[in-house]
Amino acid sequence: MDTTARIIEKRDLTDITKLFVVHAPLVARNAAPGQFVILRVTETGERIPISITDFSRAAGTITIVVQEVGHTSALVCAMQEGETFLDFAGPLGLEVPLPEEGHAVLIGGGFGTGAVFPLARKMRSRGVRVSSIVGARTRDLVILADLLATESDELHVCTDDGSLGYHGFVTGRLEELLDAGAGFTHCYAVGPMPMMRAVATTAWSRGLAAMVSLDPLMVDGTGMCGGCRVTIAGKSLFACVDGPFFDGHQVDFDEADARLSTYKEQEKLACLLTGPGR
Amino acid sequence: MPIVYPHKTAMPCRDPEERRHSWDEVAEGYNVERAIAEARRCLSCQDPVCEQGCPVNVPIRDFVRHVALGDFEGAAATIRRRNLLPAICGRVCPVEHQCELRCVLFPHQEPVGIGRLERFVADWERQHGNGGETAAPEVWRDQKIAVVGLGPAGLTVASDLAQLGYPVTIFEALHAFGGVLRYGIPQYRLPKEIVDEDVAHLKALGVEFVRDVIIGKTVTIDQLVDEFGYSAVFVGTGAGSPVFMNIPGENLKGIYSANEFLTRVNLMHAYAFPEYDTPIHRPRRAAVIGAGDTAMDAVRCSIRLGAQEAHIVYRRSEKEKGARAEDYERARDEGVIFDWLTLPKRFIGDENGWVRGIECIRTELGEPDQSGRRRPVPVPGSEFTMEADVVVIALGTNPNPLVPRTTYGLDVDDHGCIVADRQTGATSREGVYAGGDIVTGAATVILAMGAGRKAATAMHEYLQQRAAEKGAHDEHHDALESADLRDGGSQAERDV
Repeated sequence: MDTTARIIEKRDLTDITKLFVVHAPLVARNAAPGQFVILRVTETGERIPISITDFSRAAGTITIVVQEVGHTSALVCAMQEGETFLDFAGPLGLEVPLPEEGHAVLIGGGFGTGAVFPLARKMRSRGVRVSSIVGARTRDLVILADLLATESDELHVCTDDGSLGYHGFVTGRLEELLDAGAGFTHCYAVGPMPMMRAVATTAWSRGLAAMVSLDPLMVDGTGMCGGCRVTIAGKSLFACVDGPFFDGHQVDFDEADARLSTYKEQEKLACLLTGPGR
Repeated sequence: MPIVYPHKTAMPCRDPEERRHSWDEVAEGYNVERAIAEARRCLSCQDPVCEQGCPVNVPIRDFVRHVALGDFEGAAATIRRRNLLPAICGRVCPVEHQCELRCVLFPHQEPVGIGRLERFVADWERQHGNGGETAAPEVWRDQKIAVVGLGPAGLTVASDLAQLGYPVTIFEALHAFGGVLRYGIPQYRLPKEIVDEDVAHLKALGVEFVRDVIIGKTVTIDQLVDEFGYSAVFVGTGAGSPVFMNIPGENLKGIYSANEFLTRVNLMHAYAFPEYDTPIHRPRRAAVIGAGDTAMDAVRCSIRLGAQEAHIVYRRSEKEKGARAEDYERARDEGVIFDWLTLPKRFIGDENGWVRGIECIRTELGEPDQSGRRRPVPVPGSEFTMEADVVVIALGTNPNPLVPRTTYGLDVDDHGCIVADRQTGATSREGVYAGGDIVTGAATVILAMGAGRKAATAMHEYLQQRAAEKGAHDEHHDALESADLRDGGSQAERDV
């Protein structure tokens, strides 16, 4: 059984955000919206989880978006077309439950925008109305809005500095839409932790539950280590096998946020030793 | 009864102070003289009861007799008849609860050091012998076997069935093979080169190794059978899911499951950070909760990671601990402090979310519980706080749910263990067998190997029966077809 995962296309989305189309038919055959892969690039390397942005069973491909935020992600971003990942395991995590009808709002922040795309496609194929909100700090950092637009009934772009679309955070736009009576029945958000927390709070204050995709530290990704445990409605669950999507207003974000910083010092050292961004 | 020296021949160990800072193997093993001296303590009983204590029935008396005569090659061949992983078992088997417990010398004298002798023979073979190479199978068969998870159970099944001529594929979820032997047991107790060698033996037998495939996710068992054409499947996915205490503060930074702590150290080489990329929080004062083998591994790893003080915290007493005697003693020699009769009540953190201590309560032992061990009862008013900047929870594991959750018609019990026949490993799904911790809950390497051996035998019988049925069916079919041809039967008739 062939587990080779070869990069067949690489695109620069921003200076530090890259999109890879990976030929990995074995991973693609069972992939579903909301899942992730674990990959490794060197023999001495870490295992890191990455959300699946797109998949095609017919083409045998998995698309991922990686942002250079530390040592390993920088190594991934430096990879080129034709190269293969040392390890590319998945699909992991549960498929996110999606509605059969209604009007869903999808919110993507930063490089999380990619991860909401398969949700949009699946819901649209069922006839669910899809509104998407994507946000970034500034115009050049808005990614994949064109891709998401192909599977959205409406698309709202937000920038913190107002250089493109709505001037402000995605939550500001969400609030406006909700208050204007958009009639959303479902909400999904993927992005940085503070953004998902804000979306969950905003949505919940108006009676809407937001499902968020948590991205805690992981080692194996198969439920063995428990490093990814998160507190959901007072109960400790494993994001890798019980998630990664959880009901946002039940997530203990303070704890999740704190746990993310466990190896901040080591990450600094790793980046320092290998040069900035490398 | 002949006069037997009452004590086991000592096995040299590296100095405790030195090994506190080293990942090299602690026990150095017997040399030839010591091995022969120890083997000569064996009485060569006519009825070797020690062998009944071994889950794979190693011919202990005979191999020990070979050692006593200095015939180490013969000893190795004798062990290999029943045990494929002697270098591993000789290091990690809880012999004092198995073969050595039954030695007739015991309890008046110390039992024969069977585990140490097995290790000696295996190591001698690794250095001098043919490395346990096996002859090519007599027949090559075409029924494909899938082995899910390459721990001790999977290794045994793969090896047994490959030697019978079956094409075997091993599916491993992680990026390295060996299961708990790889991610769980530390280098200083089981050098990873030994696991590599055993994997290499299997490769030499023609076994196909596939890593990074999570059965139940990447491919389901149903797909293995229906789409990939596997005739039988063995599930040996282990007891992978760590148990936590469900007490306040458990998700503070610096608190690990033993699985995570040991996986970071062993599989990911976090002790060599930043040469390896995976980090670990290095302890100054470590507390490991639990007193089994895994707890001993975790506490001794924390010493090697630089802990100035390392504690075992256990709610029962020394007598009830689950760890092997040898590893317990070595932990003690390395300076581990044992807090018996101590029950953690909550973890105390600082303002940045790091664990700083454990609030504990003292216990005393009451009546025996279901496990037969005396139940710890908290002593009112005995609360105290223990300082710790790394806590490892080593209270056992539950079965990994991925295969049971995704396999149609596979029965599991209330604990999430796959229900399998203890004699054959057969599950509720025809052609699907299971063994090891996924069936029994967390147990030992050798028990998993024993279950693998039984399952391999049963799978062979099942597959032969299937092949015979298929042969009969084909013959029947051929006969019909030739009859049709004779009778000039039409295509339409034949299809009915």
